[in-house]
Amino acid sequence: MIQKAMSRRVFEVFNILFMICLSIVMLYPFIFVLSASLSGNAYVSAGQVTLLPKGFNVNAYKAVLGYKVVWQGYRNTILYTVVGTAVNLIITMLGAYPLSRPDFYGKNIFTFFIAVTMIFSGGLIPNFLVVRGLGLYDSMWALILPGALSTMNMIIMRTFFQGIPDALEEAATIDGCSDLQILVKIILPLSIPSIMTIGMFYAVSHWNSWFGAMIYLRDSEKYPLQLVLRQIVLQNQVNDLLANNVGTTIEDSTNLIAETIKYAVIMVAVIPILCVYPFIQKYFVKGTMVGSIKG
Amino acid sequence: MPSKNNSPSLTAAAPVPGKGQSVLRKLKKSALLYVMFLPVIVYYIVFHYAPMAGIVIAFKDYNAFKGIWASPWVGFKHFEAFFTTPYFGRLIRNTFLISFYGLIFGFPAPIILALLLNELKDGKFKKVTQTISYLPHFVSSVVIASMLVQFLSPGNGMINNMIEALGGTRTYFLNDPKYFRTIFTLMNIWKGVGWGSIIYLAALTGIDSELYEACIIDGGGRLRQTWHITLPGIANTIVIMLIFRVGDLLSVSSDMIILLYNPAIYETSDVISSYVYRRGLVEADYSFSTAVGLFNSIIALILLTTTNAIAKKYSDTSLW
Repeated sequence: MIQKAMSRRVFEVFNILFMICLSIVMLYPFIFVLSASLSGNAYVSAGQVTLLPKGFNVNAYKAVLGYKVVWQGYRNTILYTVVGTAVNLIITMLGAYPLSRPDFYGKNIFTFFIAVTMIFSGGLIPNFLVVRGLGLYDSMWALILPGALSTMNMIIMRTFFQGIPDALEEAATIDGCSDLQILVKIILPLSIPSIMTIGMFYAVSHWNSWFGAMIYLRDSEKYPLQLVLRQIVLQNQVNDLLANNVGTTIEDSTNLIAETIKYAVIMVAVIPILCVYPFIQKYFVKGTMVGSIKG
Repeated sequence: MPSKNNSPSLTAAAPVPGKGQSVLRKLKKSALLYVMFLPVIVYYIVFHYAPMAGIVIAFKDYNAFKGIWASPWVGFKHFEAFFTTPYFGRLIRNTFLISFYGLIFGFPAPIILALLLNELKDGKFKKVTQTISYLPHFVSSVVIASMLVQFLSPGNGMINNMIEALGGTRTYFLNDPKYFRTIFTLMNIWKGVGWGSIIYLAALTGIDSELYEACIIDGGGRLRQTWHITLPGIANTIVIMLIFRVGDLLSVSSDMIILLYNPAIYETSDVISSYVYRRGLVEADYSFSTAVGLFNSIIALILLTTTNAIAKKYSDTSLW
């Protein structure tokens, strides 16, 4: 018995240590990027930064904020996120509300019509041709309309709507409210937390998306932040390849962007997410559970 | 609770409840709902059903000037071309191996994490650990790829610095085919382990605590409790997730691949979806890459249906 309690104790200590290691593994990359972005370029290039900034300065951020492309990317991302999320929410509610009504005649047919698209899809090229055929190529709408609705999010919102007591809607019908009035005056005010949850799902995915922008946008002035980041950090790798493989430092190769600047750009792109995620993650968890139960 | 159909005003409006009439009445009653639903239908037709119809170009030689319908039929020409390209074997191998490693190493990771989190007694510590483990889920692919490229950089990347400090030699990991799959698998575990554990934690809360009490009375230790109660308790969730995972054995999303690969490591990193992207959108070979994409979806569908059937036969758990 004592031995059992002992081994239990040992397990618990190891488990806590494991969780601490896991947290470090999750957080360290971000801490490193932050420290590197605030260090002197020579220290970063020499690999002397490990945890805290060395040769603390904010020159990299000054340089990054001086780049027109970064500002442009930020502005574009905010625009696409705000407009995209608004469109998403409107369409999602228009779909979720009728599907939540038990008396919506033909609900099964519509559900089938939607479910088919969860199993079959046209694939990359046919989607691309449709978007181009609609004249959306090189326009922000190419990033917003093809994903105007996520079936999963619509199902989650429908589930939320179904949780509202029918009696309220019945009372409103008897009082002579139309379906639209019921949605606007009763359902929406009662569903603000769920609508915000779904809105955050959409907003985060707009903020993080880059693939659509890469295939649909030609004009680099329309690039969202993620694509700008890709250009600066990832596509510079080509230069890295051409340059001397080992021991390349910024001082001896002018075609390379300073390392600290790359770290600063990463930070600039990820800071908004790092700031909001601790507050929004619980809504995501809640929504994911609803989705997994119903899906 | 009285239903709407019994309200006096509605019964009065339809004195003869004939069958045809009642359908009409139901349609009329939902009229505004249909108007609301219309944009949703339009959305699905334009952005889901129209592309499905567009798949016909896989059997045609698509010509942008002639349009989809006037382009000539060519039967299975593009499929044959794909099966005979020298890249066919490589693409299938890479796609399969990358998802297979994901299945072997990535699939159990969130289950183990959920089990360990479940053993934590301190609620606050558990919550903080969970929240931290979700972080990578919220970060964009481009940021993750950027960090990875920076850390693995042969010149001054953090990981190479550590290797050198420990007495190893600097390696250009992302330029050497033999490292790609390992890097990709580890990155996916890092990115998804925390978030993936949510669904198992939810299943764990559904287990009846009386079962544990009974086990303790019978003298069962923690390990026996885990083996005989916890794991069977979440078995259904595990099987469902496994069906999805096996169904995806030949679908690797191009998203992360495109951000991380380069021609020097195509040998191990080029997968079907990234090949479709390159041939289709970079080289504008629309018909050929649609055929490759279609081949990929058909395989995925067959895999999903087969796994589901097997799961149904042996475990009573299935998607449908």
